[in-house]
This record gives sequence, structure tokens and C-alpha cells, in this order.
Amino acid sequence: MLKIEHLKKHFGKQIVLDDINLTINQGEIICIIGQSGSGKTVLFRHIIGLIFPDGGRIILDDKVISYPGIKPAEFNQVRSRFGILFQGAALFDSMNVGENLAFALREHTKMTDTEIQKLIGESLEMVGLKEEFKLKMPAELSGGMRSRVGLARAIVMKPEFMLYDEPTSALDPIMTDKINDLILSLRKRLGMTSIVVTHDISSAYKIADKIAMIHEGKIIFDGTPAEIRKSRNPYIQQFIRGQRKMHYAVEDEDAYAKPVDVTRLRKEPMASRRFSIPQKPTVDTSDPESEVPADDTYGRQ
Amino acid sequence: MNTLRAGIEKIGRTGTAGSTWFAAFLRSVTDYCYLLFITLKRLPQLIKNPDLTIAQMFSLGVESAGLVSVIAFFLGSVTVTQAVYQMSGMIPMRYLGVLVSKSIITELGPVITSMVFAGRVATGIAAEIGSMKNSEQFDAMTVLNLDPIRYLIVPKTAACIIMVPLCVVWAEFLAFLGAFITAILSVDTTIHTFLNGLRLFFNSYDLYYGILKTTVFGAIVAITGSHFGFNVKAGAQGVGDATTKAVITSVVLILIFDFLIALLVL
Repeated sequence: MLKIEHLKKHFGKQIVLDDINLTINQGEIICIIGQSGSGKTVLFRHIIGLIFPDGGRIILDDKVISYPGIKPAEFNQVRSRFGILFQGAALFDSMNVGENLAFALREHTKMTDTEIQKLIGESLEMVGLKEEFKLKMPAELSGGMRSRVGLARAIVMKPEFMLYDEPTSALDPIMTDKINDLILSLRKRLGMTSIVVTHDISSAYKIADKIAMIHEGKIIFDGTPAEIRKSRNPYIQQFIRGQRKMHYAVEDEDAYAKPVDVTRLRKEPMASRRFSIPQKPTVDTSDPESEVPADDTYGRQ
Repeated sequence: MNTLRAGIEKIGRTGTAGSTWFAAFLRSVTDYCYLLFITLKRLPQLIKNPDLTIAQMFSLGVESAGLVSVIAFFLGSVTVTQAVYQMSGMIPMRYLGVLVSKSIITELGPVITSMVFAGRVATGIAAEIGSMKNSEQFDAMTVLNLDPIRYLIVPKTAACIIMVPLCVVWAEFLAFLGAFITAILSVDTTIHTFLNGLRLFFNSYDLYYGILKTTVFGAIVAITGSHFGFNVKAGAQGVGDATTKAVITSVVLILIFDFLIALLVL
């Protein structure tokens, strides 16, 4: 179990993480969602020990692995328990796919070359790539393939925790779905605990057992996908519905029902027109979880 | 070293609050010194991965040989041409070889070759490391428990320390060849006179001094390129800035250390 307790981080005068508390249980997939600049990547980098906190701590199986003032070398003892897929896969450009996968194995294990090659083949197969890909250079691969190779490189060391940094942000919808399926299948096959940082809410709904939402350095939601759909927090609703503006309750509910007077718009000069016609939030009636109750003061703060 | 660095960084941070140029410079100097320190500390680890150093010796050193050769040949030629122009009517031509020999062996050969090397290699290292940092490849190495200093900087530094002196030996040979051909073809002197001039006042200490000091220049080139690569800002402009700073700083440091070594050794 991974526990994050009262984590704080600031860069200069900017507070990036402000008292973050989160518990990630063994074997679950948690998606950390939030807008760009909300602090989710900084949280991610704390979990994998690329940066260390100014306050609070991270506990892994009752052992404190990150705290203010820790020496980076101390974290190295637990680093092998984490596997990471970076946003752009971060493959080593000067090495081919096989060498990318073999690099850490050669340095950290006493496996023979035959054993390493066998393991590489198995890892590539797990991510849906053929063994022939070993000889390809990263520059020859598409975005989806790079993500798969990055994933294969991460799982070749058999980590207990798999972290994904926006794994689908640069992919087309079909490839996004494939990567999501891959995350689910890898959890099933290897039993890894997965932490996915994303702003793709549909991916989060598909793969997550739990969703944590971070906003301005604070966790504002921690619960299941069903619970986040029911949340009455206007910001959460704005985020999960992908709306540009936050919708608060309007005094005049009938304003939604009034048809737009097109003739008035045609006659009035441009400057006098009001374009901020309130839009009633759409409700998916087929999905009971997404229904907004009739008396709900939708989004009222 | 860490305590010293922390202390100096504290001074730097105090300055940063005032957004002073000096604070940024001080921080850059401390980072540079720290990188030099940890690279030298990990230099013995290159024995574990000699293939990485050999690969770097080839890409940084052998591939620079062509550029070094052309420049060295014409360096010798222009030295003779200038010497003849300056000496004519005042100093006998039998001293032409002495002038060429002393200037190429002690200063022109080592320093110009190192500068050429810096122009090609420091920029290359800064661009490579900067791009790797921007594409999170350093982070990927760190999370795979692979130390970027050990696997990237140490082999490059070792390769530069070995290859710069070798390039200088090759460059001096070609500079003498260029000087010899120019002297025979365009100056009214004989082969015998020129070669005798080269041997006159020849001191092997000058030769060793000239070659050995370039090991320091090699380290400067590698560490400077790595330093600016490590501190690259995001984007293509960031990488461009890093390469420019790397070559300028390398050249300036080569000249400063050339002076300091001369002051200490001669």
C-alpha cells in the first residue's frame, strides 16, 4: 500500500502541492486527474522519486520512502519497485528497441544474454508487439508504438507499481482505447498497482477503480468513477463534462427555456447584442449516475 | 563537497531573491564545479562499461579528425607565411623552422586544435544532453536506477581527455606538413635549412607540455557541454542557447586555463 501524507511542495513562491493526502491500495488502478498546471505531474514525480517534498511524506508498505531532506540515493533502494511510462515514452534515442529494454537488465541483473533476449520477447508480446521490433530505432516508431515500447521497458523489470504519465494524451482515439485495454490487461496479468496521471476523463472512467482529482495543489475529490459522476462540486462537473465555463444555478430557470429572438439579433447593432445566453447543462438520461436531481441547485457554491 | 556546494548555493539563493545576474552566475559556477567533481569521482566506474567510452572516442574524437586535419594543415601554412612576412629583411631564414616549431608545438597546435574540438564536440554534447533532458530520457534513466552521470557524462569526459591530446598530436604533424610544403613551395629556402631550423632549439619538454595540457582542455570541453546540456531550457530555442553557451564558455575556459597552466608550469 502506498500512502501519501500531508505532502507539500513549492517552487519559489508558488505553492504547487498543498497538503496532499492519498492512499493507493494494492492492485488497484487509480487515476489522478486535473487540469494542466494543477500539480498532478509534480505529485507523480514525487511518487517516483524524481523530486522530494518540502513537507509531508510518502509511505510504502509502512516504510517512509520520501520526506523533506531525503538524499536521492536513499530512494534508489525502492526505485526498482516502480515502473514508469512517460508521456512521450522517453525511449533512449541512440539505442534500438531491444537495447532500450535490455539496458537496465544488463546493469541490474546477472542474467545471461539469452535470458535477457527471452524476457524482452515476452515483454514485447505482452504489449502486443512482435519480437522483430527489437531492431527498430525509436525514431522509426509511431506514437502508439513508442508508448507500447515504453511500457515494455517498464514491465521488463517486473515492477510492483506501474505509473503512467498521461499515456494517451498524444494518441488518436483508437490507439487511446488500445492503450487503456493494455493497462487493464497488464494489471490482470501481472497484478500491478497502477497510478495513471491523465486529463482524459473517458480513459479514467474506463480503467480506474478510483479517481483522485487535484486542483490548485489540493485533492478535491477521491472516490470511485460512479461517485465522481454524482459529485455536486461545480468545478468537478465542469471538468468531467469538458465545459468551458462553470455553471452556477441561475435565478431565472426559465431563461433556459426562452427561445433566442433571432429577429432581435438581426435588427440590433453588433455592439448591443448579448451573446452570453445561458446554456442548460445536458444530462445523459440513459445513465442514472449522471442525472442531476430536479431540485438540484446545480453547481451552486 | 556537498556542504561546500550547499553553502555556495545559499549565497546564490540570497542573490536570486534580488534577481541579480551575479547570483545566476554564481549558481552556474557551483553547478559546473559540482558536475566536474562528481564526474571525476565516478571516472573509475568507466572500467565497468568500456564499450561506452570506446563508442564516444569514435564519435567525438575520430569523427573530428577530418575537420582538425584541414584546419591544422592550413594553420601550418599560414604560420610560415606570416613568419616570412614578419622576418623578411630582419632575421635570417634559417630561423624560420625555429619560429614555426615553437609556435606550433607550444601554443598554436594545442590551443587551436582544442578550440576546433570545442566547436564541434561541446556543441554536440550540449545538444544531445539537452534534447535528452527535454524528452525526459534523463528521468527515464533515473527511474531505471541508471545514473546519467555514469552512463553519459563519464564516458564523454574520458573520451575527450583521451582524444584531444591524440588529435593534437595528429594536428601538429599535419601543421608541420603544411608548414614544410608552404616553406618549400613559396619561400626562398631549402628543405635542409627548414628542417635544420625545426631541430634548432628543439626541446622535448615543450612537446610534452603542449600535448599534456590538452587533457585539461578535453575535460573542459566535455564538462562544459554537459553542464549547459543539463541546464537546458525547454524547447528548440533552449537547446540552441545551450549549444551557443557551451562553445563560447569552452573557448574562454580553454584560453584562461592555457594561461593558468603556463603560469604554473613554465
